[in-house]
Amino acid sequence: MMMGLTFNFSLAAMMPGIILVVSLAALLQFFISYCRSLIAASVKQPISADVRDVTGIVRTACGEDFERVIQLLRLCPAHPHDRSEIRAIGTYFRLLGFLRVSAGKLMPSLVSWTETERGQCAYFAAVALERRIAFSRDMLAEQMHT
Amino acid sequence: MTPGPIAYFIWILCSLLEGAVVVCALARGSFRRYFTINLYMAASVAMSIGRYFVLSRYGFNSDQYFYFYYYSDALLVICLYFGLMGLYSIVFEELGAGTYVRAFSMLLLGGTALFTYAVVHQAQDRMVTRYVAEISQNLYFVGLVLTYVLWGAVLKLRETRARVVQFVLSLGVYFSISAAIYALRNLYPNYPNLASVLMYTSQITDLLLPLAWNFAYLRFDDDARFAPARLAVIPR
Repeated sequence: MMMGLTFNFSLAAMMPGIILVVSLAALLQFFISYCRSLIAASVKQPISADVRDVTGIVRTACGEDFERVIQLLRLCPAHPHDRSEIRAIGTYFRLLGFLRVSAGKLMPSLVSWTETERGQCAYFAAVALERRIAFSRDMLAEQMHT
Repeated sequence: MTPGPIAYFIWILCSLLEGAVVVCALARGSFRRYFTINLYMAASVAMSIGRYFVLSRYGFNSDQYFYFYYYSDALLVICLYFGLMGLYSIVFEELGAGTYVRAFSMLLLGGTALFTYAVVHQAQDRMVTRYVAEISQNLYFVGLVLTYVLWGAVLKLRETRARVVQFVLSLGVYFSISAAIYALRNLYPNYPNLASVLMYTSQITDLLLPLAWNFAYLRFDDDARFAPARLAVIPR
């Protein structure tokens, strides 16, 4: 009886700890999948020759392109719908960089996976840049018209 | 500790975004298709108004506000369960297993309430106060488990509808953060600094769901699709 009570009490005390660990692990997985879903939506969209010229992305984007494209994005007027998704992908990009540096030495396959993902992040940013340029052109045309 | 201007600002912003989800659903002609999640958003706006009235009448540190906050939170999570069940029905509609899934979810919900009652009943001290905090933690955690199972089903059944995928994943992120916040509150109940940080984190977390759902309604059409293989953390 006494043992049962002790076991139940420690289970009750341990519950928040277990929930915390499991929740953080699930959060990581859901966050990565959510970011991948945002990227997946932009993978099919082609980017124009102008944007390729500006960003320096010749064929496929790589991780090093990301910061440059983000700097270009900051120069364009913000599109009302893309601010939060760009922020989410920026966080994902930093997470990938952290994974690459911290776990890359232990798991070499992780390095190539993170590099592919970082390249996809850069491509996503290029598509967002394309959208912002088009948005700015539309705004300008509207102003000229009025 | 009373909420400052930033907390009020986030609160108002959150309510506006929640209202915007319902408006977007109506504008995009998807209100009936995703009825349960729109219902949750409408309930959330109503609860915010209710909380404001209780707060302005009784004050932040009153028992009335404490109980109203936690019980309304538990009710909202139950509403969110209905939203989750709606998503289950959409994912499983082609298999015709929606009814079984709903029955299982209701059983799980009842089981969670009973389990929480059993755990807190043992402790005996300030039972009702503990019960409301414990049940929120457990409800969020069960919500997380249900969302995880649904996400597994989305991958297994190769569900490709962009909106459904976005709804499920954002729910997963929301449940994970909320369950972690409540777990931290229960682990360290006597740290005022941590409580203050968790209060703001919790408010910002509340913004995530309406932001993500607004985005899903505005960005994707109902028939937009993408490959599920792109979504799994481990590439297939």
